[in-house]
Amino acid sequence: MSTQQVESGKTVRFKILRQDNPNGPSRWEEFEVPYRPGMNVISALMYIRQNPVTADGKETTPVTWDMNCLEEVCGACSMVINGRPRQSCSALVDQLEQPIRLEPMKTFPVVRDLQVDRSRMFNALKKVKAWIPIDGSYDLGEGPRMPERKRQWAYELSKCMTCGVCFEACPNVSEKSNFIGPAPLSQVRLFNTHPTGAMNKDERLDAIMGEGGLANCGNSQNCVAACPKGIPLTTSIASLNRATTVHMFRKFFGSDHMVD
Amino acid sequence: MQKYEFYWRRLHSLLGVIPVGLFLVFHLSLNFTATGGAETYDSATGVMDYIPGWLLLTIEWIVIYIPILFHGLYGIYIAFTATPNNKRFSTFRNWMFLLQRITGVFLVIFIAWHMFQTRIQKALGNAEVSFDMMKNIVDNPWMLAFYIVGILSATLHLSNGLWAFCVSWGITQSPHSQKVFSWLSMIFFVIISIIGVSAILAFV
Repeated sequence: MSTQQVESGKTVRFKILRQDNPNGPSRWEEFEVPYRPGMNVISALMYIRQNPVTADGKETTPVTWDMNCLEEVCGACSMVINGRPRQSCSALVDQLEQPIRLEPMKTFPVVRDLQVDRSRMFNALKKVKAWIPIDGSYDLGEGPRMPERKRQWAYELSKCMTCGVCFEACPNVSEKSNFIGPAPLSQVRLFNTHPTGAMNKDERLDAIMGEGGLANCGNSQNCVAACPKGIPLTTSIASLNRATTVHMFRKFFGSDHMVD
Repeated sequence: MQKYEFYWRRLHSLLGVIPVGLFLVFHLSLNFTATGGAETYDSATGVMDYIPGWLLLTIEWIVIYIPILFHGLYGIYIAFTATPNNKRFSTFRNWMFLLQRITGVFLVIFIAWHMFQTRIQKALGNAEVSFDMMKNIVDNPWMLAFYIVGILSATLHLSNGLWAFCVSWGITQSPHSQKVFSWLSMIFFVIISIIGVSAILAFV
């Protein structure tokens, strides 16, 4: 920080919801951070970490949060900023109303302060087999070619960084419900679209037709409004609704050929 | 039970339209005959008396009571597993999400009362279902208001439910088709509400 900026005397006010341990009580703490041009929420959090003193001069513990890439592609630094779930790295202070309120995404278990445990989402990805199996006991050779236009379209779905913002926005995802959530559902569409991934599409459809699956979506469509990557989550869900409708009838009435 | 959650939810969605939704349209249309006066209404509803009692009761249980009980009770479970966040996400669809749940819970109460006041009284032999019966009920302005809110809840729940049905079964997938169906469902809501409300007002 240059002397000129510090001398400008301008400060930014933050209100942060603190919590010391997973099941502990939470409390609000206010901080005053020197303003720097172009600063984001993370740079302010870094300042607080260096100077863990509240706005009224009381010493406190450094605020805990997750971060990694700092360019909105990893999804780790998601938190609720002024009521909206989003990435703190791309949340610019100049564009936010003050005091800037920071809260953890409480749809997930809170670990400490702004840090949450997003395991629920990663477990969901495992459950739906959100990958393309390419290994065999022998050389499987090349897979089928993917049309270029399809690849370009699928790229949009692949932008998902499992940040958890759609989980926080969804009224049907919470500790009292077992809904799998929007992001893993959209991944099912992505991997079922891939020519090699489609070879296991029935397994992924079966996975989302179980407990807490696709049908638990309540169509509030908050996910698509909140997604920082603009992924067409509700279109993915509606498309899977059709795929599971067909799959359901094929399973009951059809023959034993479950893949294509 | 939980293992088959997907199928329970799909059944819930299907039963809301067939037969419960169809029954509501039929019920409100029949009530609309009240706008033609007491005689028209009594002769229209009197058609039911031509159906043998045992057959009518069987149809009532299979086509109305069992589906509506399942839809209502499972719906309460669905409604109370939600965590509404309309203050933070104030979009049209999110409000419809909340309204669908509020109207649903209210309808369980309303329909239970409505059944008690009409069908159960008839079964107990306390009253005859007729124009005069409804006239006596809505003589009380509070009861009239309760019925109007009940009718509007039912029509909104069905209209928005039809939209959700189309999404849930994968009929409307694109955002454009979902938007068009939002408009269509709202037009349907206005039409069926006019039929329902003018019917209840005809008893006043």
